[in-house]
Amino acid sequence: MTLKSRHLLGIADLDPEEIGLILETADAMTEIAARPIKKVPALRGRTVVNLFFEPSTRTRTSFEVAEKRLSADTLSIAVAQSSVTKGETLLDTVRNLEAMAPDMIVMRHGSSGAPHLLARLCRSAIINAGDGMHEHPTQALLDAFTIREHKKRLDGLKVAIVGDLLHSRVLRSNVHLLNKMGANVWACGPTTLMPSDLARFGVRPTASIDEAIDEADVIMMLRIQHERMHGHFIPSTREYFTLFGLTPARVARAKPDVIIMHPGPMNRGVEIDSDVADGPYSVILEQVANGVAVRMAVLYLLAGQEAQAD
Amino acid sequence: MSQVMDADRMGRALTRISHEILERNRGTSELALVGIRTRGVPLARRIARSLHEINHEHVPTGALDITLYRDDLMRQPLGPQPVVHRTEIPFSIDDRRILLVDDVLYTGRTIRAALDALIDFGRPRAIQLIVLIDRGHRELPIKADYVGKNLPTSLKESVQVRLQETDGEDEVLLTEPAGAEES
Amino acid sequence: MKLLLKGGRVVDPAAGRDGEFDVLIEDGRIARIAKSVPADGADVIAVKPGWIVAPGLIDIHVHLREPGQEHKETIATGAASAVAGGFTAVACMPNTDPVNDHPGVTQLILRKAAEAGGARVYPIGAVSIGSRGEQLAELAAQKAAGCVAFTDDGRPVATALLMRRALEYAGMLGVPIVDHCEDPSLKGDGVAHEGFHAARLGLRGIPGVAESIAVERGIALAEITGGAFHVAHMSARQSVRAVRDAKMRGARTVTCEVAPHHFVLTDEALETPIRYDTNVKMNPPLREAADRDAMLEGIADGTVDVIATDHAPHHADEKLVEFDRAPFGIVGLETCVPLVFDRLVHAGRIGIRRAVELLSTNPARVFHLPGGSLADGAAADVTILDPDARVVVRAAELKSKSKNTPFDGWELKGGVVATIVGGTVVYRNGQLL
Repeated sequence: MTLKSRHLLGIADLDPEEIGLILETADAMTEIAARPIKKVPALRGRTVVNLFFEPSTRTRTSFEVAEKRLSADTLSIAVAQSSVTKGETLLDTVRNLEAMAPDMIVMRHGSSGAPHLLARLCRSAIINAGDGMHEHPTQALLDAFTIREHKKRLDGLKVAIVGDLLHSRVLRSNVHLLNKMGANVWACGPTTLMPSDLARFGVRPTASIDEAIDEADVIMMLRIQHERMHGHFIPSTREYFTLFGLTPARVARAKPDVIIMHPGPMNRGVEIDSDVADGPYSVILEQVANGVAVRMAVLYLLAGQEAQAD
Repeated sequence: MSQVMDADRMGRALTRISHEILERNRGTSELALVGIRTRGVPLARRIARSLHEINHEHVPTGALDITLYRDDLMRQPLGPQPVVHRTEIPFSIDDRRILLVDDVLYTGRTIRAALDALIDFGRPRAIQLIVLIDRGHRELPIKADYVGKNLPTSLKESVQVRLQETDGEDEVLLTEPAGAEES
Repeated sequence: MKLLLKGGRVVDPAAGRDGEFDVLIEDGRIARIAKSVPADGADVIAVKPGWIVAPGLIDIHVHLREPGQEHKETIATGAASAVAGGFTAVACMPNTDPVNDHPGVTQLILRKAAEAGGARVYPIGAVSIGSRGEQLAELAAQKAAGCVAFTDDGRPVATALLMRRALEYAGMLGVPIVDHCEDPSLKGDGVAHEGFHAARLGLRGIPGVAESIAVERGIALAEITGGAFHVAHMSARQSVRAVRDAKMRGARTVTCEVAPHHFVLTDEALETPIRYDTNVKMNPPLREAADRDAMLEGIADGTVDVIATDHAPHHADEKLVEFDRAPFGIVGLETCVPLVFDRLVHAGRIGIRRAVELLSTNPARVFHLPGGSLADGAAADVTILDPDARVVVRAAELKSKSKNTPFDGWELKGGVVATIVGGTVVYRNGQLL
């Protein structure tokens, strides 16, 4: 079995079989982290470029570790805003990079659709590490992997996703994946931060956190950014926490074996109480560990295809 | 297509190999079995059971997936990558004599990959190789220490090992490619 | 110089004419229209039965980009694109560089247009200096220099007070105010229509009410001032409803235009055939099916006065970037006629008379332009159309300097046979002359 595309641009383009293949492969990859020598030669001699137009420690490090564990040569480029204002277009930046023949480009960019532009017009295989408000496929995959580790399945679970739904690429990717795998997703946030036609995404929208969390198997908290106060989305983080913050009392409404997730970085006391983040139901640190295995799986599965122009 | 080994012969070959192991290693201390996925794993388990029946000692057994060490990985353009499965070696291999187990020894490349993988796990005192069938045509200087059956073959033929645990019955088949004479 | 257009169906709603007639042109003017006119030494163009002989089409919303952005389009290439699209005249927008807020720029544009030949060019001047919305521009001087309307297009007229004063002042001069209707706070940094497709693609949305709120503002002010208020590139169903209600109330100085892409495409184009295609990024954006259908209804029931393309050329390099960063706009001069025939006339929504009204009669009326009718003695601006021509849109072959169109490869029925400006055939059978 193989992935159908040379790129990983979004969960929207994957079918359930491909998702299953990635998760199974990731399972085999987790064992490598437990070895004394955490390296296998699978991507030896391959060059992977991590091109990050938005700052990120967690995702970039995770990809770097994954690439190194597969013995790939890795190059991380944090593109400062100034080079963008110098007038070089995204296409030119990447074409210059391609002159040095990377095998794959892992890219995070602030504009939705940036990786799609590159996939159409450049030669390398593109892995989307987050594009604007659109998708963050490896995050959703590692979230699914984490859920499966605990619940042994995805279908039929009630998953509550709470936070700034409008601006979240993690939400969109997770909704695609969980729907394809048969879970029931409840999307909760202030009405000001809900995307148009949210119900058409195949989720139950609600502005009531109690309703979303009631009997939930999984609670996924999204980050709320402080600048949302400037667009009149929320009056203050204090009021946000009052209405939508995950407190121990609220967690008690979920199933007794609920797991609590967060893509990070967390704003303690804004979307999630510290006691909950560090509490017994939290699997937040496992998500990070699983991220490496999932990214190793994605790199391995995509690396077998040669870089060619479409 | 012809059957070159039936269930009976397979059982006796594995028993014979178990005795040879004990004789050569003077007992089972420091031994460990590592089966190469997929069919090396049930074969390793059978040998472990057999050894236990003979001298009542328990020999730890593990499973090794060599997919990520293959030398032909990433070389098939636009082809599917083989599916990776978990390696499970729940013991230290340092200072042990490792008995590597596989169903068919052919070019030797699988064993080469297995040796690379094992070295990443630790430093065994020695590695010995057990195969059920040796069909010749080595491309690397690899030799089995214990062989169930030597089976001379031509390059066009293919050897298929079927085991109860994975395929429902025990036998070894030798098949001619399509277009050859019927037997 | 005599030119005889022999045969063909003359459709001239302003003159109440619709039938088989010959048209005689002499010294650049319409000399005679009658059932059978003898050639008598004139050059004869044989117009096939079924072809339409119309007063020259007029596009009152075009960006010619000169001065200042000649890499996208020049007045010469824009005027050529216009005649290739069947237009004998265009009105050009002031968001050039420098902005056309001064007679010097108006004169430059007119001079360049005269040098180019091709379509006539009527400049539209800025309402405010630099279109910054702070101070009224010298509208009378601009009118004297040749401006036919005023707008701050690119942007809305900044405040209700400025719009009021502009309507009063321009009303005094008998010139309309054209508004790019938009509430900036609701538009924010949106790049696509606020709806399911933008939400799914993670693109910031612009709701339809961002437009209609400004339309309603303009209507209210037009009603109290009596000034002429024209809604540019209408796209939202709420806007159509507001204009329709205003007209039914008797507001006679409110007019509006719709661009072809707003009655043909919807926000589904954001995702198919290509996701994030910057050739479907324009402002106002492509909206949902209900809005497109409202445009079609408004075109059919008379609410919409004019079809104008909002021809907005951009260089390929500028469009080959992330969706967020691409400039808004698509070219439209050369795809307008085929889309009007294919999607309105052949689709049974309007007849040919109404098509000519939308493309010639009404644009002339709204901006008080010469033309829009084949009156005796009028300048001979004529467009000959073949409603059944098979047209395949080829972006690479457009006469415009820029090729940013979402219609590349589209097969449409209906096209331009010839364009005649002042009695001279400037475009015929696919060739500029």
